[in-house]
Amino acid sequence: MPNTQHITPANGDVLVLVGTMKGAFVFHSSERGEWQMGGPYFPGSAVYAIGYDGRAGRRRLWAGAHSMHWGAMLHSSDDFGRNWTNPESATVKFPEGTGAALTQIWQVIPGRDFEPDVLYAGVEPAALFVSRDAGETWSLDENLWNHPQRERWVPGGGGLCLHTILPDPADAKRIRIAVSTAGMYVTEDGGASWRPSNDGVRADFLPDKHPEFGQCVHKVAQSKTRPERMFLQNHWGLYRSDDRGEKWVDVANGVPSDFGFPIGIHPQDPDTAWIVPLEADAFRCTPEGKLRVYRTRDAGASWDAMTNGLPQKDAYETVLRDALAVDSLAPAGVYFGTRSGKLFASNDEGESWTSLADGLPPIVAVKTAIVS
Amino acid sequence: MALTFVISGPLRELAGNRSEVRIEGSASSLSDALSLLWSACPAFRDRVVTELGELRPHLNIFVDGESIKFSGGFSTAVRENSEIVILPALSGG
Repeated sequence: MPNTQHITPANGDVLVLVGTMKGAFVFHSSERGEWQMGGPYFPGSAVYAIGYDGRAGRRRLWAGAHSMHWGAMLHSSDDFGRNWTNPESATVKFPEGTGAALTQIWQVIPGRDFEPDVLYAGVEPAALFVSRDAGETWSLDENLWNHPQRERWVPGGGGLCLHTILPDPADAKRIRIAVSTAGMYVTEDGGASWRPSNDGVRADFLPDKHPEFGQCVHKVAQSKTRPERMFLQNHWGLYRSDDRGEKWVDVANGVPSDFGFPIGIHPQDPDTAWIVPLEADAFRCTPEGKLRVYRTRDAGASWDAMTNGLPQKDAYETVLRDALAVDSLAPAGVYFGTRSGKLFASNDEGESWTSLADGLPPIVAVKTAIVS
Repeated sequence: MALTFVISGPLRELAGNRSEVRIEGSASSLSDALSLLWSACPAFRDRVVTELGELRPHLNIFVDGESIKFSGGFSTAVRENSEIVILPALSGG
């Protein structure tokens, strides 16, 4: 087994959590200039879900590690990765009677500040799990699982995964989720009922280009300061919503492709977002061999290429749906990882980029948090 | 009757770094034997079988040297002193 490095972050440090096809890594920095790396954790296991819970006095890392041999399990660490829980029984798993078996954990996120013991997990096959005791126990959202449209959800290239969970920052009962390939569903009653919510989002791969559900939504981001504002990167299509996702308008203005996976929104400015367009559908690499992050400052009316510090020649890279993250500082830090194991950081909202790592296993998830 | 389970990978850590687990009990099939194993080592269950009770796709089980793929799956007969080996399959990339 590889030698694992450990880190000791201090209060106020920025964490960049990286999930890869062969383990997890944790970077930290006090000034976002020099970075130290911890890991690999869970070497050999795919870590699609990684997160940090800094609420209620916790400093807890979460990771969903999937061993090809031994299955998927959710683990946590209260010492930045030195020690991880290894539950006797899987805490996230399908109950008897569902006829389902867990394939992959795609997402683990803390709930809102006003629900400090709540966490959410999105899994494959597509389902939402909720914990109300800070991650000790988890339960399946049966109402989403039993949704009558679920039998018509079909897997995308990554599997039938629930990959995005957006608990509304201001509305305690409202949660939006996204599934590939089912599109988005929203609950307004805390999970008692769910309805599809994809108005305006295309499904180019279906005869009906605007079905009620079935879109291949790749990632959705919601503003914390103005929750009505959302951005969406679709499988073909780049969208904005100004009404919490009820209606979507196309904002693919001046981008080399409206195909891509990740999307990140500014922590304070709801008009600012970042994407990484890919040439698609078959190739799914950065167009023209240039690794470019595109940023809008005007809610999608225009997008500018951010290239300073990124390779602009023979760079046929892929950035997956969860592999871009934005921190909460000012100016905002932006972080992304590529399928070729390159990890980049910007501490000036994308104006310039530095390499944090150049040889990690294929990166599937990048998250960030401030140690509190 | 006594059965010996030969284990590897993370199962060893979950069994106090033992490479074998010997169990006393009554079993006529591998399914019975695994039930005894789950009782003795509860942490093994979710790592060896899925929620549906199916063997994880990249694991192999051998009973007395024969892969259960060719001997009846979980219905494979076990005998006094059977050796049951749980091994990761050759897979990865």
